[in-house]
Amino acid sequence: MSMLSSYLTLAAVLFCIGLFGVLTKRNAIIVLLSIELMLNAVNLNLIAFSKYGVNPSIAGHIFSLFTITVAAAEAAVGIAVLIVLYRSRATVNVDEFDELRR
Amino acid sequence: MLNFDIEITGEFVAFFVLSVCAIVGAVLAINFTKVVHTALSIAFTFVSIAGLYVLLEAEFIAFVQVLLYVGAITILMIFGIMMTKHDGEGKEPGRPLHDTLAAIGCICLFGILFYGIRNANFPTESAPFVEDNTREIGKALFTQYAIPFELVSVLLTVAFIGAIALAKREEESSQ
Repeated sequence: MSMLSSYLTLAAVLFCIGLFGVLTKRNAIIVLLSIELMLNAVNLNLIAFSKYGVNPSIAGHIFSLFTITVAAAEAAVGIAVLIVLYRSRATVNVDEFDELRR
Repeated sequence: MLNFDIEITGEFVAFFVLSVCAIVGAVLAINFTKVVHTALSIAFTFVSIAGLYVLLEAEFIAFVQVLLYVGAITILMIFGIMMTKHDGEGKEPGRPLHDTLAAIGCICLFGILFYGIRNANFPTESAPFVEDNTREIGKALFTQYAIPFELVSVLLTVAFIGAIALAKREEESSQ
């Protein structure tokens, strides 16, 4: 079992834990943190392939930098939306934001 | 199929310790009932992943990880926790069927991914990696990836202005 497989397995474990958190948690802040965990797992894959892949190059580092930037933007907008929702509904539980379903 | 022929090297020991830290932090984050504990546990996972980046010779990404994830995103989440109320946490009725189905789905996904990783043919020895990777990242960002770099900075500015505008508007109308 090479180091690449170990890193990919670790990233798969982290991704599945994050997915479980997104699917089961009701608190919107925990859901956002779980999404960050999933993005981190993907970044780990990119960096691992950048070192141990078929064609090692710096492109994996660049891609993961872009992913980190987009994740930061997503977290900022997510928290802003969450605060606006909290002001109007006085809750942060994601299963109570269901106006579009009713 | 499961022949774990692992030679015990220093790199593997470091990888093992850091990955155990990352997985323990993630599992604890899912299991804690208080939201602040979850945020701190996720921060521990992020620090462990930064250690893994150092192990993968990606020092620049490791420092960006510490600055952005541990320093910015976790603190942003803690501010979000401070500005919202979490009285009913841990007391809500569970959804056993929903949780079980989600757990089965996640385990199935992990099984598929693990099967794919075990069956893939990766090259055994890799070509030598670039030495001074921070300088190489700078060169690549300002030559080959100059346009995506500018676009992502525009995206970041727009997203932050949007976040400020979103969080501000309600306050003005309520005054």
